[in-house]
Order: sequence, then structure tokens, then C-alpha cells
Amino acid sequence: MTDADVTTSAPPAIPDRVDLDAAYRSSNIEQVLLELEGELVGLAPIKRRIREIAAMLLIARLREEQGLTTGKPTLHMSFTGRPGTGKTTVALEMAKILQQLGYVRKGHLVVATRDDLVGQYVGHTAPKTKEVIKRSMGGVLFIDEAYYLYRPENERDYGQEAIEMLLQAMENQRDDLVVILAGYKERMDTFFQSNPGFHSRIGNHLDFPDYSLEELMAIAELMVKRQHYSFDDKSHTAFRDYLQLRMRQPHFANARSVRNALDRIKLRQASRLIEQGGQVSREELARLDAGDILQSRVFAGGADGVGEE
Amino acid sequence: MRITQGTFSYLPDLTDDQIKAQIQYCINNNWAISVEHTDDPHPRNAFWEMYGLPMFDLKDPAAIMLEVNNCRKTFPHHYIKVSGYNSRYTKQTTALSFIVNRPAEEPGFRLERQESNDRLIRYTLYSYATGKPSGERYGEGNGTGK
Repeated sequence: MTDADVTTSAPPAIPDRVDLDAAYRSSNIEQVLLELEGELVGLAPIKRRIREIAAMLLIARLREEQGLTTGKPTLHMSFTGRPGTGKTTVALEMAKILQQLGYVRKGHLVVATRDDLVGQYVGHTAPKTKEVIKRSMGGVLFIDEAYYLYRPENERDYGQEAIEMLLQAMENQRDDLVVILAGYKERMDTFFQSNPGFHSRIGNHLDFPDYSLEELMAIAELMVKRQHYSFDDKSHTAFRDYLQLRMRQPHFANARSVRNALDRIKLRQASRLIEQGGQVSREELARLDAGDILQSRVFAGGADGVGEE
Repeated sequence: MRITQGTFSYLPDLTDDQIKAQIQYCINNNWAISVEHTDDPHPRNAFWEMYGLPMFDLKDPAAIMLEVNNCRKTFPHHYIKVSGYNSRYTKQTTALSFIVNRPAEEPGFRLERQESNDRLIRYTLYSYATGKPSGERYGEGNGTGK
């Protein structure tokens, strides 16, 4: 209990009754959860799970104030799901929630991949991994595509060393560091099978579902609105058609694909306006035309995003 | 004789929590923090050995405490200090430096007077501990000075 805001709910003499509502309000979780609700479309099971985790942590803290110690809950997590399902975004929010509840002191997120952890030659890995662990202390260490750490086909791979150091840190620096491993579901499952140490040290396994078409549309609208663009009725339908086609193609990366598609649409809108020349209204600068979307090669049966200028 | 070098050295030894608070102060000021150790604490010995590299981009004092504790484990009988380096232009100097570990027994210094010409006297401080080779100084003890 180091944070000042943690102790505000408990007066100096600890009563044997606690006001749950007051504790809930004073922890400001509601605010973070609302933010999560507003920023992330869909993901209902994840949001429910985060609510549960937040509730569990709050109760654990209140129990501790009452002297009912259970030991610190295991906060390390694994986020599995296909690309673009919001793993990194949720990890950022998770760091905030953990900070509000006083489980991490700083609440920053350090994103690391294999390159940041594993060295190139003997003796290079340990300092590199240690550096990352040290940097993420007081916050959350997010290891993206964690399964790349383990390469069974090469027995002299230095990834094993990084894994051992991480396991040690997850055990010994539990008070200072929360580790979140992320990646595709199937590959993470094999990773955990070959590294049972990780599996047993991770308390929460969260699986991110794919977005539905409606959810992707909502995400697109949120993005468009946030960047001060707008769809009209025609372009709205056109974008929906685009998504329907795109979702069936390989390498569809959910929200990330939506963002990339929007970037390309913005590009086409800009060149259309330049070609058109003359006077242009403010509304016209913001509007994305159906034509901007229909130019995409997805409609011609090709893959979008590759080699498209 | 208790060696007094750097900030807080006239105070009782800092507890780990107090050290953490000081480190946090360094972090808040964006100072690069380093851990140094020596078994030759002569006041003019400004160059202590570094334990690892200076730490620039850490957010939490726990990470530096980890290095301090590693250093304590490796060199239980050495003097260890934590220093914060202010790299700001026009400053570029050590802004804070304090001892976090000292040997259990500190034999102190002998003052040597060398008589020179014309009754001139030159003074020298001689550390009793440096009579032994490096690594064998400050003998047994838990090394924390407590």
C-alpha cells in the first residue's frame, strides 16, 4: 500500500466494516472501465473479464486492509487472439487499471518483442533481457508474439535464456512487474505446452474474439470521426461492402485492416480533390466519397494493401 | 571511523525505503542514475568502479534497487554509492551522490606529517584499509554496516 490514493478509503483506525461503494469510487476504476467501454468496440468477453479482475483486485486490497492476507494475486496475463483484435490497446488500459488499484506503481507499458529480449551472441541475451525487465519495473511488460522466444528447431537458440530470466523475474519481482504475453491463440498454446513454467505463472488467460462486421463498421466510424472525416450514406454502404469482401480475404487483420483501408481511402480522397481543383468547401474536405472506396482493388477481386499506391 | 562522503553521510544509514525515495527524486529530475563501489574510500578517490552501466530510462526505483542489492551481494564489504547525473546543458555534473552500503568495520585514516624544508609540513591521509591488497580489505562482517 504505497499509493496515497489507496489509503484515502481507510481512516487511521481500521473499522471492521468497509464501505464498498466508497472504496470503488475512490479507486477511480469506474473511470478507466468507462474509458475502455468507450474506446473499444465489441470485445464483450474481454471487458467482462477485466471487470472481474478489477473487482477481484479491489476486494483483495480491502481484505488486506482488514488483515485477511491471501498473498498477492498472480497478475501476469496472456492475451491471445488474431491480429488487430485490440491486444495492445487492452494492455495499455490494463496497466492503467492496475495502477489505479495500486498493484503497479507507475502504470507504463513497455512493449517488447523477441528482438528486444534475445541477443545475437553468447552473453548478449542476459543484459538485454535484464534491461527490458528493469525498464518495465513499476509497470507492465507486454511481450508481443511471445512464442518467437522459443525456437525448438534450434537448440542453441538464445531465446531459452531470455525465457528463463523472464520466468525468474515473474517470480521474484512479482511486486514490481506485471508481464503480459500476447500472440496468436494456437501458437501460444504450443508455446505454453513446451514452457509449462509460463503457463503456471500466468493467472489470467484472455482470448480475444474476432470482430463481427457490425463491430468493424463501428470501429471504422469511430476512427473516421476521430480524424474529423465523415462518411455519407453512399460511402457508408460502399465501405460496408468493402469490409465484407475484405474479411473473406487472407491476412485480414481486423481493426488494423480497417485502419489501413481508411488510410488508403484518405489518400484517394486527397488526390481526387487535388485533381478536381478549384474551390472546395470545408464539408467537402471532410467527406469521404463512395468513389474513393470503390476504387479499391478488393472490388476487382484483388488483395488490398499489397503494392497499392 | 565512519566515512562521510556525499549527501546524507552525517545522517544514520538510509533504509531501503529512504534510498528508494531518493532514487525516485533522481528519476523525477531525469537524472541518469549509476551504482558505484570501491574499497578505497580516500576522499580524493573520485573514481569509484561502476557497477553496470548508468541507467537512463528507468521509471521505477525498484529497478535501481535491484542493481544496488546485486552490488551489495557481490561486494558486501565495499562502499557502494548511488549517484544521479544531471546531463542538462550548463549543468552536466553529478547532482546527487550518497552512500548506500559501507563495511561493518571502518578502520579509518592515519594522518601523516612529512617534514619538509624550512619547517614546512606536508600532510597525507593514509587509509588503514588500503594496507592490504584490493579485495582483502575490510575483512569479515555482514557488509551492510548495520
